[in-house]
Order: sequence, then structure tokens, then C-alpha cells
Amino acid sequence: MNIVVCVKQVPATQKVDVDPKTGVLLRNGIDTKMNPFDLVAMEAAKKIAARTGAKIHALTMGPNSAIEVLKESFALGANEGWLLSDRRFAGADVLATAYSLAYAIRAIGNVDLIICGKQTTDGDTAQVGPEMAEVLGIPHISWALELEEIDEKGLTLRQDLTTKDAIVRIDYPCLITVEKSMYQPDLPSYRLYKAGKDLKIHTLTADDLTLIDHTRIGLNGSPTQVERIFAPSSNTDTQRLEGDIDNIADKLYTILKNTKLLKEEV
Amino acid sequence: MLNIVTAEHISAIKDLLGPELVNDQAINEDYSHDEMTIYGTKMPDLVVTPRCTEDVAKLLKYANDNRLAIIPRGAGTGLCGGCVAINGGILIDMTRMDKILEIDKKTMTATFEPGVILMNAIEKVSEEGFLYAPDPGEKSATIGGNVMTNAGGMRAIKYGVTRDHIKGLEIVLADGSILTIGGKIAKNSSGYDLKDLIIGSEGTLAVVTKIITKIIPKPKLMTSLLIPFNTLKEALEAVPYITNLEYVATTIEFMEKEVIEDARLYLGKDFPNKDYNAYLIVSYSGNNKAELSRMIESCAELALEKRAIDVFISDTEERQASIWDARGAFLEAIKNSTTEMDECDVVVDIDKVSDFNDFAKNVADRENIRMRSFGHAGDGNLHIYILKDDMPDDLWRNKAKAFMDALYEEASILKGQVSGEHGIGHAKKGYLRDSLDPKVIDLMKKIKIAFDPNNILNPSKVIDID
Repeated sequence: MNIVVCVKQVPATQKVDVDPKTGVLLRNGIDTKMNPFDLVAMEAAKKIAARTGAKIHALTMGPNSAIEVLKESFALGANEGWLLSDRRFAGADVLATAYSLAYAIRAIGNVDLIICGKQTTDGDTAQVGPEMAEVLGIPHISWALELEEIDEKGLTLRQDLTTKDAIVRIDYPCLITVEKSMYQPDLPSYRLYKAGKDLKIHTLTADDLTLIDHTRIGLNGSPTQVERIFAPSSNTDTQRLEGDIDNIADKLYTILKNTKLLKEEV
Repeated sequence: MLNIVTAEHISAIKDLLGPELVNDQAINEDYSHDEMTIYGTKMPDLVVTPRCTEDVAKLLKYANDNRLAIIPRGAGTGLCGGCVAINGGILIDMTRMDKILEIDKKTMTATFEPGVILMNAIEKVSEEGFLYAPDPGEKSATIGGNVMTNAGGMRAIKYGVTRDHIKGLEIVLADGSILTIGGKIAKNSSGYDLKDLIIGSEGTLAVVTKIITKIIPKPKLMTSLLIPFNTLKEALEAVPYITNLEYVATTIEFMEKEVIEDARLYLGKDFPNKDYNAYLIVSYSGNNKAELSRMIESCAELALEKRAIDVFISDTEERQASIWDARGAFLEAIKNSTTEMDECDVVVDIDKVSDFNDFAKNVADRENIRMRSFGHAGDGNLHIYILKDDMPDDLWRNKAKAFMDALYEEASILKGQVSGEHGIGHAKKGYLRDSLDPKVIDLMKKIKIAFDPNNILNPSKVIDID
């Protein structure tokens, strides 16, 4: 059995500049770390591998420096590392990223399970995982909270549906995205990190991905146009409600509804 | 001989300071104890919350003239009854004096009022790009309380304790006179260092009203290593070798599986790599990744050579939080796991920590009492807790006493000291008296009387005068 864990190098700090023209994060020279959600994905992969004997492949897309996140994957228990790296992939939006990664997974071959973090801390879209599953034509479950059962055929998961949890069953091949609360991720092991120095990292370029449509990758293959990136505004305005308790409750309900903090049916 | 606080005294103090600073009605129960109720609780007769040095001076002069006991208190997070009015008296709550007065980059000093909460002091200094290096575990303590107990903390191995970072103090003497000792100056060989006498005096010599601390450039990077061992003995035996390495660790802490489980239950949050019996946490700080990598590698290689099972690397904010949040919660977690506890804060030579901890475990087994320990492996300061659970009161008191007597005797044999960082208060003064040369105790008494001839300042704490 083969598990692919998608990992991404993200800025280690919140203070990142944005290219005013393209809206792309300026990552050069800033400290990086593995996306915290992906650490949970790696942990889930280890639990499943411990039960099934699966091999864990870590896959990332990025420049050569992204090799670091694969070395960290080895220190966390990955057996193989795959770097999808080509200038033609640069500037990809969610759709182009998911498309490219899906083809990389096809290139790895015989993959039974793909695990992604629910979202990344730099993009925050939570869409790459599900879109990859669509490109690959396999079922997926996003927002997985717990692994209830692990077996040779598939997984039973607890899924977070915001107001309710659902227990769902999914057979391999499939993709899941995991919530941060699923596991406390282990720390990277110095022993594994050292052993990982001898492990080969497979590099894939656009030319290695058979049948990929080159018009659907990189900045040019990205339909998303970022018009503006800005820090969310915040204020400390307060409003005082007066009157009897029923009256205040009605006013509060109206405010919460109008600001879409409450849904009509609640 | 001190007088009992009367209605006339209270009325006079209200006139002196204004009634809004004086509370003699419905005094909050919190004022009757610190974190260790085992050492007894007692409500003060009066709580005064001064706004400024002059308020303190007026109160002390009045108390001195009328022979009334003054018990200074910060956040009440002490562990030896130091801020408890065990014989009644006026509790002076310093938390209203909580201004951060200055961060002076030119002299690299920060000036605080004593009621500033440690975490706020650390944060403010950090915002300016500096580090207030002492790192006591209880971040909700006041900086004044830290000065009064000479609080230690986890970075003592590299940076020293609170005393090593205090440059100047403004104090109010028992007679109400206001003095400044030390200052922003970098060095001082001008006569006896009264500042160092005041630090760690637990409110028995003077009341501190202003604190000037050293601040240092903040290291840009910090990485911690979580190092698991099969036994605590193996972990502790590795420590002197780690301290001999070329790079000085910022922190070397030890802990066992059980206390980590207590923290997990208390915080509702898992610890990473939690399936091992014993751990060291070793931290290094530096300014570039290459330097830090060398530190990590040298420590990791040595630890593996000294029977560590592996070395886990904590190098991001989330990872640091996953281990340090647990470490920071140990005391509260242990407290939460039982009905009452007693603690021992001895300090021994760092190559004796393992022997001492083994000794404590043996005594706990002999007394059939549940024990938890963790502490600062890098500076020889152990925190050993015994837990009452469902033991009947009398039995618990007897066992706790037998346990502590044995531990302090052993510490004395090993040439250790009664308290590494929590202080003496009233709880440990018997052990202090027994552990020191009588001539030392006699000198301490003379110092106390020189500062406070009427013994109004935190009487019956640290040493007994009579």
C-alpha cells in the first residue's frame, strides 16, 4: 500500500510581503516551516502505515529549496520524497496547483491514499485537496477529525460538518484532508533526519508528467486573479443595547442576523 | 512585640491614605493564602493597595510608629507562605503599582513598578527587541515577588537568576524612609551591596517600590530538543556531559511520563512523542541557523552516546508550544491531580540530582506516598511534590513531615540548600535554621534588626528574631 502525504513549505512568520502586481507572496529570504496542518497529515499517515505496513511518500511542489520540507518529512517518518519543481509551475493558483499535484501522484503510481492538511496557513483556501481528488476522479473526505477504523480496504472517519459530526466510510483509492485537532504531531526525529540524508529525493518536472496539459499549469494556467491583498480590518466599536430583556434580545438577534453571524433558521 | 490592628488604626490609615486604598470589610479569601494551603491560611486584618511609593512610605511609617505587622504581597503565587499574614496584620497588596516605567535602550535597562506581572514585563521588553532573561515558570507572578524570592527559572543555567539581572531598587524602609540603591550603572564596587541583600529577603528587610533590571539583546532563534530515555536516572546522568559541551544550553529540564500525563489531563492537550519514560528538554538560542544547527548536532550526538533513545527537534512556534505549554503547567497539573500537596525545592550539585531524586523516590515508597518530580536538571534545582490524595489529615501531616525531614537531611549531607528558588517563607524556616551554621543565622538576625528594629516587616518569615 502507498500513501502520499502532500506537504507544503509555508512562511514561519505572519509578516510576509505581497507582490503588489501579482498578489503572490514574496517568499525569498523568509524563514519557512512545514504547514502545521500537514504535520497532522503526516501523523495520520504514520498511524495508518503502522496498521497496514504502507509506504509513506511525501510530495511537495516548489523551488529546489522545498527539498528542506521533504527532509523534514523523512525525520517525521516518510519513506520517500517527491519534489515537483519546474519554473513552469510557478505562480499556480489553487486549481493549477491541484491539477499539477494530481498528475504528480499519477507519476508516483499505485497510490492508494492521499492525505492533505485541511488547508495551508499561507493560502487558507482548503481547496487543493478536494480539487486534486476531482482531477484524479477518486472520492474524498475533507475535514476529517478522527480515524475511527483503519483496514486494508479503506477508512472509517469522523468528519467535521461544522454543526454536526458524521461517521463516514471511504474505500481506497481516495483522498482525505485532516483537521489540526486530529493529532498532536510528533516532533522530527534526529535519528530519522540523519538516516534521511541517504534517502533519494525524486524530482519531477512538467516533462515527467505524462499527458499533462501545459496550458493548465503555473501562473498562466491559473484562472484566479488576485486583485488586492490586505489585512482584515478590525475595530473595537461597541454598541450599547438598552430596554427590557425581551427587547434587548430581539435587537441582539436582529443585529446578529443582519451581520450574518446567525442564520435565519437557527 | 507587635500590636494587634484595631478599629482606631484602621480609621487612622484610611485618613492617611484615603479610604479607597484600604479594605477591612469583606476581604477576599485569596489574601489568606498563597499557592500552598498546606502551610496554613490566615486572613489579614486589613488589606492596603498603595498607588505609589509615597503611599507605601506613609503606611510603613504609621505601622512602625504603632508596631503593626506589614505583610507585602504580589500576585500570591508563592510556594512557602511568604505572603501570608500568619499572625494577622496589614497586608500590603502591591499589584496596583503595575506600571512599566521605562525601557531604556541606551543603558539596556527596564524600570518597573513591583506589581507588574512578569508576563507583561517579558512581553513589553520583547516588543522592544530585548530579553528580560530570568524565566520563572509562574508567569502570572509579579516582578516584585520575583525580586523578593530571588526567583530562578528555566534559563538560570545560561543567564542566572533574578538577582543577576537586578541593577537597582527603590525601597521603603520600615520607618518610611525612601532609598534608591544601585541604579542603571553597569558595575558597582562601592561598599556593601545592599541591593543584593534586599533581593531574596521576602519582604523582611524593606518594601520594594521600583525595580531597575538589565535587558539583553534578544536571540533571534531558539530550538529545544526533547530527549527521551528509558529511565530518569539515565537522563539525569547525561546532564553534566551536556553542560560540558562547547555551547551553553539555555535550559536543561527533566521530567517523567507521569507528570506529562498530569499535564495532558489538565490542559486537555496531547504532548508530542509521549510514549517514553523520562525526558530531558535542552534548549539552545542563537542568531543564525548554522550556529544553531551546530549546537543541536553536538548535543544530539552526545545524548545518543549517553543512552538517549532519540532526540526530537522542536524548532517552530507550534512545536515549542506543544512542549513548553505542558512544562509550564506541571505545577498546576500536579496540584489539580490531588487534594493537597507539599513540595521541596532543594538545590544540589548538578551531578547529585540523580542520586537525590532516587533518594526521594525511595522515601516516598517507604512512606507509601505518591510523588511527582520535575525540575531544572541543568542547575541542580529539583521540584519534588508529595500528594495527599485521599489520605486522612493526620496521617498525611505525619507522612509529609517524615518525608520532608528525610529530604532536607539528605540535601544537607549532599551540601545542598533548602531552597533553590521558591524561598523560605514561614514553611521552611526550621529547615533553613537546621541547615545553616548558627553564626550565619545570627548574622541574618543582626541584618534583619539593622533594617527593621521593630520587626514589623513580614515578621516570622525566613528567620525568627526572638
